Amino acid sequence: MSAVMDRGAAVAAAFERYRNEPGALLCILHAIQDSLGYIPAEVVPDIAAELNLSRAEVHGVISFYHDFRTQPGGRHTVQICRAEACQAVGARELEAHAKTALGVDYHATCSDGSITLVPVYCLGNCACGPSVRIDNEVYGRVSSARFDSLMAELKAGAE
Amino acid sequence: MVRVYVPRDTTACALGADGIAAAIQLQAARQQREIELVRNGSRGLFWLEPLVEVETSDGRVAFGPLELEEVEQLFNADGSPNTGHPRYLGLTEEIAWLKKQQRLTFARAGVIDPVSVSDYEAHEGFAGLRRALTLSPQQIVDELKASGLRGRGGAAFPAGIKWQTVLDAPAIQKYIVCNADEGDSGTFADRLVMEADPYQLIEGMIIAGLAVGADKGYIYLRSEYPKAHQILNEAIDAATAAGYLGADILGSGRSFYLQVRLGAGAYICGEETALLDSLEGKRGMVRAKPPLPALRGLFGQPTVVNNVLTLAAATTVLAKGGAFYQDFGMGRSRGTMPFQLAGNIRRGGLVELAFGMTLRQLVEEFGGGTASGRPIRAIQVGGPLGAYLPESQWDTPLDYESFAAMGAMLGHGGIVVFDDTVDMARQARFAMEFCVAESCGKCTPCRIGSVRGVEVIDRIISDEQRAENLTLLRELCDTMEYGSLCAMGGMTPFPVRSALTYFAEDFER
Ligand SMILES: Cc1cc2nc3c(=O)[nH]c(=O)nc-3n(C[C@H](O)[C@H](O)[C@H](O)COP(=O)(O)O)c2cc1C
Ligand code: SF4
Ligand code: FES
Repeated sequence: MSAVMDRGAAVAAAFERYRNEPGALLCILHAIQDSLGYIPAEVVPDIAAELNLSRAEVHGVISFYHDFRTQPGGRHTVQICRAEACQAVGARELEAHAKTALGVDYHATCSDGSITLVPVYCLGNCACGPSVRIDNEVYGRVSSARFDSLMAELKAGAE
Repeated sequence: MVRVYVPRDTTACALGADGIAAAIQLQAARQQREIELVRNGSRGLFWLEPLVEVETSDGRVAFGPLELEEVEQLFNADGSPNTGHPRYLGLTEEIAWLKKQQRLTFARAGVIDPVSVSDYEAHEGFAGLRRALTLSPQQIVDELKASGLRGRGGAAFPAGIKWQTVLDAPAIQKYIVCNADEGDSGTFADRLVMEADPYQLIEGMIIAGLAVGADKGYIYLRSEYPKAHQILNEAIDAATAAGYLGADILGSGRSFYLQVRLGAGAYICGEETALLDSLEGKRGMVRAKPPLPALRGLFGQPTVVNNVLTLAAATTVLAKGGAFYQDFGMGRSRGTMPFQLAGNIRRGGLVELAFGMTLRQLVEEFGGGTASGRPIRAIQVGGPLGAYLPESQWDTPLDYESFAAMGAMLGHGGIVVFDDTVDMARQARFAMEFCVAESCGKCTPCRIGSVRGVEVIDRIISDEQRAENLTLLRELCDTMEYGSLCAMGGMTPFPVRSALTYFAEDFER
């Protein structure tokens, strides 16, 4: 299947699912990002037309929220908690280590396309930090060594 | 058949609970023992997670914190729990840390299978709803008023008065919105309700709907909680199938439709008006009040916006009566408060107690001091907008008024402990940095002031015109406090000022 068809199908599925839901722009954006990995600029006019909004309004919403990205990310998203409870147990050091180990700054993707590194403010695991989220799994008490082994698993498991 | 409990809670799983559950099942299969594995919620004893429980004729016994390699010796050959195991903790209910608590909202947490309707019913679930169905809307609201329950999201507004306002507002469509954005660092009580006892939240929302005449509800859930999302959706489906949600609740002729909506990673969407804009599919911009959301809320209609814990507590109030609930607590802080021990703490987790205990008792008796074993130096209470408290203030009773009197707040009950390696100038800088990242952008003092704040603190740290910049920072804090529309810009000065005042030496290195 071509990427264009994928995109069209993802957008159509999102519209179909939320057609009768009031105020569903965030739901639609989440659905599109879940299936495509990001929100391509090309879908903005379609969303605007579907919801009877201006393109600027749709773009304004996409850019307001930290979750939405407009460029493809890596195969995995790795979030490091930067918030206070994790700081109290070494999150700052973990952040620095992660950036060095992966060779990227926040919001960037490793050159092999495996991992996009993203900051996050609290994962609700504040009694057992430092906390890291990999896709939909949260990990607790993540030391630098543990981080390295988690990343090695991700890279080894790459498609 | 032996019943074994392994939590499916975020923290339990973050520490390996899924692997332990799989190992227990594999081992039982290999030894041809029959077990029933229940994925319960956590009891909130996070320092003991992964905490595995095994049912015995005397009650449930616990093992934790368990490592994968330690699963092997959990059971004797006859399938009974091995009480000689190094992680054996005895009867769960007798663990002092749990036993000393006053659990109302968290009484079922970790006890039941979170998505089993029958388990919930067997543990007094839906008793509040059944009673509410026999009362008039005004009687429900009166019960809530009598309880003295105040909003647990942070602002501590009396819940009964909010419900009364919505009840009295004439409209065809009203809404119940649950604020499950739980953005404060150091808090996880909402998450624990949703992951361990989601029907309690659902029941609370239905009761709110009956009280004010709303038949539609939304749970606005932060996207950082994928497990809560999954569990809530499972619970909503099961509650609908069992006749508690949807049309004609339990044959009463009343309806309530509920759905979960995900946020998208914006702290400010925890502020109720920004939350409502976000629910409407817009940027999460803070609205000026008035109009109150109670009168013009979601899609312009009268709306109850309450925190998860407030709605959950409403079930206790309805089941046991307002007088029962208001018997707990002190002064104008009635009932129980779920405190959350987090950060550098030896025994972290959820401690539900009546208001009135001191911070020192909480972090010492329950928390057991720091995880690092070093002395505690600062405690941040009430999330990223809360003050950093030095030792001289740890004997203040934990209630709304006592905290407000010293320029601090209880907020959502998050307690983040730091040891003596903390650099408070860096913490002050982070408070400003967080405000830069999360400001909705509406007011200049918040949007620009926070950027200036980071710069000024950087100059103080690198000793550039330190005295002038310290003065400038204080002035900037005043400007932000008085010129901001909401607590984001208005209270970011709290952690900054407290760091400056009580930990001045960290700005002079
Ligand atoms: C910046 C900011 C963030 C907030 N975040 C939350 C939050 O994450 N959860 C919450 O329940 N209330 C939060 N609040 C408070 C809400 O605005 C509101 O008071 C609350 O949802 C009302 O519910 P309650 O009365 O049950 O507490 C926040 C307020 C501000 C100013
Ligand atoms: S104080 Fe900050 S977050 Fe609050 S309304 Fe103003 S700009 Fe928005
Ligand atoms: S502060 Fe890191 S998980 Fe809450």
